[in-house]
Formats: sequence, C-alpha cells, structure tokens
Amino acid sequence: MIVSWLEGVARAARFAGRVLVEAVRPPFEGRETLRHLYELGVRSVPLIAAAGFAVGVVLSMHTRSSMARFGAEALIPAGLAIVLIRETGPLVSGLLLSGRIGAGIGAELGAMKVTEQIDALEAVAVDSFRYLVVTRVVACVVALPLLTTLMNFTGMLGGWVAESIITGMPIGTYFRQAFQPIQFSDLIPATLKTTVFGFIIATVASYLGVNTTRGTEGVGQASTRSVVASSILLIATNVLLVRLIQFVYP
Amino acid sequence: MATEGTPAVELRHVTKRFGDRRVLDDLSLVVPAGRAVCVLGRSGTGKSVMLKHIIGLMRPDEGSVLVEGEDVTALGPRELARVRQRMGMLFQHAALFDSITVGENVAFPLRRHSKLPPREIRERAEALLADVGLAGEYEKMPAELSGGMRKRAGLARALALEPAILLADEPSTGLDPVTSGEIDRLLVELRDRTGATLIVVTHNIPSARVIGDELVFLHEGRIVAQGTAGELDQSPIPLVRQFMQAEGAG
Repeated sequence: MIVSWLEGVARAARFAGRVLVEAVRPPFEGRETLRHLYELGVRSVPLIAAAGFAVGVVLSMHTRSSMARFGAEALIPAGLAIVLIRETGPLVSGLLLSGRIGAGIGAELGAMKVTEQIDALEAVAVDSFRYLVVTRVVACVVALPLLTTLMNFTGMLGGWVAESIITGMPIGTYFRQAFQPIQFSDLIPATLKTTVFGFIIATVASYLGVNTTRGTEGVGQASTRSVVASSILLIATNVLLVRLIQFVYP
Repeated sequence: MATEGTPAVELRHVTKRFGDRRVLDDLSLVVPAGRAVCVLGRSGTGKSVMLKHIIGLMRPDEGSVLVEGEDVTALGPRELARVRQRMGMLFQHAALFDSITVGENVAFPLRRHSKLPPREIRERAEALLADVGLAGEYEKMPAELSGGMRKRAGLARALALEPAILLADEPSTGLDPVTSGEIDRLLVELRDRTGATLIVVTHNIPSARVIGDELVFLHEGRIVAQGTAGELDQSPIPLVRQFMQAEGAG
C-alpha cells in the first residue's frame, strides 16, 4: 500500500519534471496555449470578479467591526488591502480556480484518454504531452497571477462599496488610503506565488486526466480527485511559500 | 515508401505482457508493401494491441517492430513522429477530437504536417470528406454524427496525409451491413488507387473476405493460421474453421 503510494508520487513527480523541461524546449504550441489561456483564463473572469467583490464586502464588514473597537476606522482601507493582497486574494483565487480549472482539465483529458483521442493525437504524429499538458500548464501559470490581480481589484472595489454605504467615503480617498502602506514586498511576491498555484492545479489535473482508466466512472474520479489533490497541495505549498516570502522580505 | 513485395511492416518475436498475462506471445508477422492483411481472432486475443505496437503507441516487452525497415521500438519521439506521418490509423470508435468540427478533424494532420495554405487545407479536407460520403458535413461537431459517419470521418482523417500504411481497428464493428459494406469498399478502393498497405483488424468475416489479400488468425497472442480466405476455410484447426464459417459475425 505505502510502496504503491510512493510509486504514484514518484510517477507524478517525474510527470511534473517533464512539464518543466518541455515547457522551455521549442517548438512551442503557441496557438494552443493561447486557446487555453482564453478557455481557462478569460472564461474564469466572471467567477473571480464576482467572488472577489463578495470577499471584499465581507472582509470590509469584518475589518470595520474589529477596527471600530479600537477607534481605528481610518485604517480600514489599508487593513483590507494588506489582508487581500498578501493572502486572501491569492489563496481564494487558487482554490476557486482549482475547482473550476482543475475539474475541467481532469475531466477533459480523462475523457480524451478513455475515448482514445490521446492515442489518435499520437497516431497523427503529434506529441500529446506537449499539445495537451504543457499548453494547459503554461496557460494556467500565466493566468493565475492575472486573475489574482483581478480578484484583488474587485475585492477592493467591494470593500469600498461596503464602506461607502456606511461612511459615504469617495472612491479616490478610499483607494489612496488603501494603497498608501502597500509595498513591493506585499504585492509582487504574493501575486507571483500564484504562478506556482497555476503549475500545481494544471499539472495535478493533467496527470490524473491522462492516467484515467475505467471509462466514464474513471473520468468522474479524475475530475473530483483533481480538485481535491490540487487544493490540498496548493494549501500546503502556500504555507511554504509564505514562509519563504517572509524569509526573503522580513 | 517500401516497394511492392518488400516488407512494409514486420513484427519479430514480439511479446507483450499485461501483468501476468501474455497478450502477444512471441508473435512474428511480415506484411509486404501494397498488400491488404486482415487480422482475425476472438475478442481479447491481442489484435488491437498488435496494431498499437505497429504505430508505436505501445512498446513490446520483447522483440521488435519494423515499419518500412525502421525499428519503431528503438526510435526517439521525433523519429517516431516522422514514421507515423507515413501511417494512418482508423480507431475502433473513430476517436475523433470532440472539441473541434468534423472538418477540422480531417484537416488537423494537414495543418500539423503540411505547409499548405489554410484555404487549400480546407479544400483538401472537404475533398476527403466527400470521398467518404460526408460532403457538406465539414462544420458539424463529431457528436452530431452517427456511428457510421464518425467511422467514415475517422477514415478521412487517417487518409489525410496519404499514408503508405493504413491500420484499421475493427472498421465495421457496430455498423449496419450497408455502412459496413461502404467502409469495405472505401478500403479496397484506397488500396487499389494508392497502393497503400492495409492492416485491418476485424471480427467481420465477410469484410475480411472482401478486403484481405491474406488473412491472419490470432489466438492467445500467437498466429495460429495464415493464408487466403480459401486456405483458412480449409484450416485443420477447428476454431479457425468455425470462425470462418460465422459469415454473419461482426
């Protein structure tokens, strides 16, 4: 049992290593990568924007009730910005997208596997790994920081709406106060860490998808397991990355 | 291209195991260029596995597979892709790419491997579809086609690169006798027109009689009978005679 689990982990690690190698080796599948960037990235915009707005509203309400106890209402925009940009935005984006993108990739590649479409790609002399896997991983790695930035922005917008209803604060004032304390070390490392999230989501889902067996039942399992495995891995990796960022930018 | 009479495909002492089970057991076969060979046998005797070895989708545990003199088991990915461009494969369930239209499926190999301008590629794909009786179906999605139409579209895709060797995995399975007869006619026409080598796995004895210059009977991973249809009709092996007499099979 443990041996077979370890063998599975080793196979997945080899798969991830191969993605890294093939991603930087020409020829590149530019057209297919752009298609996935649209499918996985652009089509996730409504989800991320709506979720970001709602998270911003809720965080703002919580921040207000906490800050009000200390008479520090003026710090609400800045507090919200720090919480959102440093942690909430990247993590919530990652988890939402592991659901949307991870399930999609796992199911799509799983279905292609059981219907012999992956074999058919190879039969027409196309490297299925580069065409199906590397393109999706690259698209996810590019899309995640952009979508996280969108979530941060819509989150701040939600925070302003909640705040303006109570205090009538103008949007310009709100954003000035919000971004005043934000530094390079708050914004860039936290946003860039989502490239790792993108790699994890797409690689895990692709691995489970292309190794699907047992027909349609297997496709469903690949989809579910993609979400569960990538979410757990993403949360665990986040802990390590936060520690690393704090080490580099104390 | 191998000249007529020289081996187009040669399997030398090929053994393939799945767990403890030998699916191919020291199997050797020579298919001369320009010939049509039908591979017969009961379900699970290794017929499809044999085809997948020829096109390099599977590698043997022992033995070698030569295509036009090149050992595909020893080739790297790029060399294997080059050899695959000389082959076409019709999968048992067609294995059309379900995210693109029928026409794009047929055009796919041309887009990948030819330098033709897009308009010419489309014209070629439309002509191939017309050849298999699917004129006007270019814009349809694979899910909109019947089983027989999907098979014919799969055949059109397999023929897109004008292969010297065509592999067909149960081309008439699940089809009505009329559609099955149309597929047989297309395969015979192709062989006569282009001189391509055909290797057809089938359960359908009437089809095998129409298509095959030579019939090969596989049992438990070994060739137990080989010859013309007439010779197999007179085989001393009861199983082979019984199989050949099952005219309605398929």
